[in-house]
Amino acid sequence: MIPGEHAIFPATIPSLFGVSLTVTDNNNLDELVKQNQEALDAHTRESVQWHFNPETGSPYWLEKAKSLDFNPLTDVNCFEDLNKFPLFEDDELRGGPVSRWIPKALVGKPTYVFETGGTTGIPKSRVVIDDFRIDYENFSETLPDEYFPKGSNWLMLGPSGPRRLRLAVEHMAQYRGGISFCVDLDPRWVVKLIKKGKIDEVKEYSAHVIDQAMAILGAGHEIKCMFTTPKLLEALAMRLMDEGSSIEESGITGIFCGGTEFTQQWYRFAREELLGENVYITPTYGNTLMGLACGRPFDPADDYKITYYAPQPRAVIRVVDFDDHTKVVPYGETGRVKLFTMTKELFIPGFLERDEGEREVPHVKYPWDGVSGVRPFHEIAASTTVGVY
Amino acid sequence: MLEIPVIRWGKPYESFDQQEVVHFETGEPLAKVHQANAGLVKMDMRKAQRARDLLREIPISKLLEICKKAADLYMTAKLPLGNGTQTPEEFCRIQSASTGMPEWMCAGNMKKVAFVLEHMDGILDSLTRGLPLDILTRGYGMEERGVMMSYQAHSPVLGLVLPSNSPGVHTLWMPILPMQIGLVLKPGSSEPWTPYRMTEAFCQAGIPRECISVYPGPHDVGSTVTELCGRVMLFGGQQTIDKYKGNPNVQAHGPGFSKILLGDDVVDRWEDYLDLLVDSIFQNGGRSCINASGIWASRHTEAIADAIAKRIGPVGPTSMTDPEAPLAAFTMTGAAKAMNGQIEAGLSEPGVTEVTAKYRDGERLIELERCDYLRPTIVHCANPDATLANTEYMFPMASVVQCDQKDMLKKIGPTLVCTAITEDAQWSQQLLDATQIDRLNIGPIKTNALNWLQPHEGNIVEFLFRARAFQNESPAAH
Repeated sequence: MIPGEHAIFPATIPSLFGVSLTVTDNNNLDELVKQNQEALDAHTRESVQWHFNPETGSPYWLEKAKSLDFNPLTDVNCFEDLNKFPLFEDDELRGGPVSRWIPKALVGKPTYVFETGGTTGIPKSRVVIDDFRIDYENFSETLPDEYFPKGSNWLMLGPSGPRRLRLAVEHMAQYRGGISFCVDLDPRWVVKLIKKGKIDEVKEYSAHVIDQAMAILGAGHEIKCMFTTPKLLEALAMRLMDEGSSIEESGITGIFCGGTEFTQQWYRFAREELLGENVYITPTYGNTLMGLACGRPFDPADDYKITYYAPQPRAVIRVVDFDDHTKVVPYGETGRVKLFTMTKELFIPGFLERDEGEREVPHVKYPWDGVSGVRPFHEIAASTTVGVY
Repeated sequence: MLEIPVIRWGKPYESFDQQEVVHFETGEPLAKVHQANAGLVKMDMRKAQRARDLLREIPISKLLEICKKAADLYMTAKLPLGNGTQTPEEFCRIQSASTGMPEWMCAGNMKKVAFVLEHMDGILDSLTRGLPLDILTRGYGMEERGVMMSYQAHSPVLGLVLPSNSPGVHTLWMPILPMQIGLVLKPGSSEPWTPYRMTEAFCQAGIPRECISVYPGPHDVGSTVTELCGRVMLFGGQQTIDKYKGNPNVQAHGPGFSKILLGDDVVDRWEDYLDLLVDSIFQNGGRSCINASGIWASRHTEAIADAIAKRIGPVGPTSMTDPEAPLAAFTMTGAAKAMNGQIEAGLSEPGVTEVTAKYRDGERLIELERCDYLRPTIVHCANPDATLANTEYMFPMASVVQCDQKDMLKKIGPTLVCTAITEDAQWSQQLLDATQIDRLNIGPIKTNALNWLQPHEGNIVEFLFRARAFQNESPAAH
């Protein structure tokens, strides 16, 4: 990097579509925002050209284009133009053949399929070639080395099976020069138990997962970093306390943790009561479609408020009006989280997440819109079953 | 604005999550209640034993005195509440404003709570069947008749997941602290008032603050309390009751389906009992599980239904400050409408007739901007298998059911309070043997006239303590 330049996340990775951004005035947030918007518009244009080109696009989008009342190749010239697309419904991701999602230009490359949901019925699937590695390498650049030392080993205390997280965290550990130790955790089984009211069995299963983590931590693997979820972190921290130890004494110095249960209040609780001041924890917000949004760096002045920024331009988050998803709400106001993904492997031109939150102003490290107070969308929150993870 | 913190073993805790409690009619914010997260409860429950240890340092005889003092403070004192204070009058006003219960009923519930506290010595004596109370403290001891007794607490604390809409239930947890068991209270979102005021009254009267936690919060806080406390009392609908059926750790309180059965030997004199029937259905806004939701008789049922309907059918809502306001409001959006829909569906079954309609000017359901009312409803069921013959709603609503006496016990189903008016010795014995009845009154006793010396939905002492064998010397040779 040239001295004096400011690395815009994820500018440390060359743009997939050749859009490169160099900002020379890193103190002028307005200028940063403007330049990022220009880069986003350029990225959008290139993305559409890729996904709707008969030579490179996926069967799904090439077929979909036939039903659109506009031509993406000529009519989408900036990010705002993505509003011309109908909302993406994630039910489209259910069932096969999953090859319909693979851009023609990438056919033949080693492909993974990651699932989401699936407690009952057919799960939603996303095919991935390199995205999970790119997403987590980008995210890795945001982790402070002081707490996530390069070369140190990781504990992946989260869902296993056909989920992206397990491989993604493992890749990130390897990318940082370490090894990831994993547990077996089937969240679908837990959701089934909860729905049947078998709380004792949920407790037993949770204990079984924590047993595995305790065994790994106690086996001399020199683990310093961990991915986990709020509930599992609570369970692990309390188990360690019950055994006269703590997360800190177990050797862990850095944790990244995700989920809508990572609230402002929980953040404070975790720092004050579970971890202590020597263990760093950073919130993340993500899913199989998006990648990983980063939390604004901890600042005591924020009073533990959690603000997420999507890994733009690969993914974009907008906080939109509950009644009109094409309208972004004013800063500070509440709306539904709308996601856009534009990588070489996936094109999602607007998907309404099952979450809501407040629109946040850009940050110098992430000079684009953020979202804070992320929580389940109020109209569907009551019907959501939250499991152990 | 009034701000009320979480209480963690006596220590106030201010949370980033807060929820406003609002006036049910105006929407005006009444208080901000800080919300616990489940992790706080998990963390604190690791220290639950300390609550019992501290309480065991105070003799139960002293705790009974503390109860009397707490009753007085609860009824008369200006007590701290969050960042403010609260007089008894303010308590009734704010409880009415958030729950939709008329103020005079709130005052009535305060008196019930105070009554239980004042008579705690008699209640414990009765519920323990005269056990020397220091046996609960020490774990064992010799009774006067020379028998070794041992009682072991199942849990150092009792968790309570309390309702939002029934301030009357708080009497049930008053005996816990004097039995040296700590309290973990999860208040209902609209009714934090009693748990906080009672906590303050207990503590000012001499209970160590470290013995009580109060965790307002979302549903997962309630589930965590239920999961982690060794013994839990909770309140909910039939679905909740069914969910915890068979779980020995949980005492679930819900609909009572309380009933009055008129024996064949007295039914021809039903008019003598009309006041009793009306009061059992109608008092306290018909909101309680101990209000009668069914009147069962083999004959005269249409006349009985008509006579009750004539008395309560014309009644409608008045102001919350009206000292005789008869009805409580439904403050949860859509609840009254849903119940009304269920009643209408039930009325479409053959042999089911609403009797109140002709005495009521207007509809049963009154929908206002921010709350609703359901006006008293009496239904006649010619068939005991009709849906409405065995339902309960939280307003003065009862079914008068025609059923042969010989079939009543087969048909009534689970019944919290059963008042059987009869002098038929044989039937009385069958009633005594009927396990679907919890509280049995034989004779002209209102279903809602509770004698607190009697166990309610299970003996709380047996729920909290396990009677077991204990020997510290070899038994006599045999």
